[in-house]
Amino acid sequence: MARSSVQLAGVAKQFGSTVVIRDVTLDIAPGEFVVFVGPSGCGKSTLLRLVAGLEQPSAGAIHISGRDVTHEHPSKRGVAMVFQSYALYPHMSVAENMAFGLRMLGTPKAEIATRVTAAAQTLQLEALLDRKPRALSGGQRQRVAIGRAIVREPDVFLFDEPLSNLDAALRAQVRVEIARLHARLGATMIYVTHDQVEAMTLASRIVVLNGGRIEQIGAPMDLYRLPANRFVAGFLGSPRMNFLPARVAAAGEHGVDLEVAGETLRIARRLAARAGDIVTLGVRPEDLSLAHAQDGAAHNGILRGEVSLLERLGGEALIHVTLRGTQAETLVAKLAGDVSLSARQPIALKLDGAACHLFDDAGRTMT
Amino acid sequence: MIYGGRASGLLYLSPYLVGLAVFTLFPFVASLLLSFSDYRLQDALSAAQLVGFENYAAIVHDRTFGKSLVVTLVYVFVTVPLKLAFALFIAFVLNFRLRGINAFRTAYYLPSILGGSVAIAVVWRYVFAGDGLINQALAVLSANPVNWLGEPAYAMVSIVLLRLWQFGSAMVIFLAGLQGIPADLYEAARLDGASHWQVFRRITVPLLTPVIFFNFIMQVIQAFQEFNGPYVITGGGPLKSTYLLPLMIYEEAFKYFEVGYASALSWCLFVLVAVFTALAFRSSKHWVFYAQERGEGGQ
Repeated sequence: MARSSVQLAGVAKQFGSTVVIRDVTLDIAPGEFVVFVGPSGCGKSTLLRLVAGLEQPSAGAIHISGRDVTHEHPSKRGVAMVFQSYALYPHMSVAENMAFGLRMLGTPKAEIATRVTAAAQTLQLEALLDRKPRALSGGQRQRVAIGRAIVREPDVFLFDEPLSNLDAALRAQVRVEIARLHARLGATMIYVTHDQVEAMTLASRIVVLNGGRIEQIGAPMDLYRLPANRFVAGFLGSPRMNFLPARVAAAGEHGVDLEVAGETLRIARRLAARAGDIVTLGVRPEDLSLAHAQDGAAHNGILRGEVSLLERLGGEALIHVTLRGTQAETLVAKLAGDVSLSARQPIALKLDGAACHLFDDAGRTMT
Repeated sequence: MIYGGRASGLLYLSPYLVGLAVFTLFPFVASLLLSFSDYRLQDALSAAQLVGFENYAAIVHDRTFGKSLVVTLVYVFVTVPLKLAFALFIAFVLNFRLRGINAFRTAYYLPSILGGSVAIAVVWRYVFAGDGLINQALAVLSANPVNWLGEPAYAMVSIVLLRLWQFGSAMVIFLAGLQGIPADLYEAARLDGASHWQVFRRITVPLLTPVIFFNFIMQVIQAFQEFNGPYVITGGGPLKSTYLLPLMIYEEAFKYFEVGYASALSWCLFVLVAVFTALAFRSSKHWVFYAQERGEGGQ
């Protein structure tokens, strides 16, 4: 399978007066699995459609394998796309659906048969080749849609939220199949999703989009550990990162001392903060733990409050806590599934200062 | 009646049921009985005499019926495909997203509201008259005038064109069908490299076959029943070249007062339409594609 690079240079897209994509520049290396992720309306699907050629950019250029394809017909770009709705031709059998693109290209019949058979084997579709899409389950349809892309042996695979019509169990299964497929084919893949779990598990690199702009690009764990801003920090991770308003009490060589929810917390890192700054403290639910008696004595990095809701998920439990002295400040802690807590019980949570994030008033990560 | 029940339900339905009984069921049964009778319009209904299959036997030997049957079949076979193709073409064009497209859709649908009326048939007669609009246009182009309503072949053309002009209802149904085809199928086909013609032939038409089938059945039935055009424009002539069966039935009943014979002709027409419809339904298994199985839920 061909491996190919994709470059977007200053790509913008406007629909009338509505700007959907703003000056996006991005290099995708051959064989990379890049995931565009972001909330609804962030422009991720539009960006994918621009690469596919289903939309024309208002500005900028798109290169695939070094060739300028900005104004090329979609079928001439060497891309294949898997649609959210699968977009299988309902009047054609599975085999005909997979063969359609090759027939349109005038590929000899024998070669079409070989490629369809090979793709069907890869995706375990051999027994379904004569069926119509209406006789297939959601997962099978999804595999046919992927098979239709594979037979074309494209330079770049494009996936537009391909799992969003599947139930949760099937979604996890097909997600693994797509990861295996990428490992086997080694092809360049661009994948759009609003689901950060798909993004984290599938991507070599994640592109986080918001309001038509790239917020951050990076490997999943890099983005998770070092989000560039509050948006990325909040978007990646489930449950999402807790954000608490805080005031810088002191800043210096020792790090930063914060006042948060009536408590104090030391972050032992040098940060560009000054005493008196109003900042946002970000802490992931898994970085909170139950405080022990000796922690309480130090009175540092302990948040106190009351359990407002308990969600036991089996292996872990999500504890929703209303902080003491506040009505609205709620945070979520991820603790062991068998933690002995109940609603309205007082609770003390310990923050790991090293794992905390600080954001300035513009939402940028403070370094 | 305040409380619900069978009687109050029937009461609500009664306007329709009375209409059905008086204007459909009674004429249906009466015409069947009259088709086996010798009954003239000026006589009392009690004067009708049962004559068995005499009327039907007479039809078999009636040369005018033979001529009318051929003319009717030609009319149906010419107008139905032409009208469907024309309506589909216009629907296809009107399916493009253009500025002011709704105004165009309305303008193209208007002839259908007016087209079947006697008034338009009268206008049509003047358009095709010797010194009518079309011949005047031909004169401007220095072409010889055509005797539209006097030459058998041209007379048929004039009533066929009137039928084509009434493409609006079929077009609206096609348009609804076209809009029901998911856009992502077209996008998938574009990515697959299909040309516009291939997309139309391999995606649009197959997915439109249920609508084509519905329109086909409706148009066949309506074409077999065409009356206004030949009655007003050509009077069935010249040389009975536009003497469609409904016109013949009308003349037998209300010109020659042979109601028994006209009823038998009506039943022949009914059987003819039923046979064509049944054949169309049988053939539909082979060319009509339904995206969902019957009774299957949405996907």
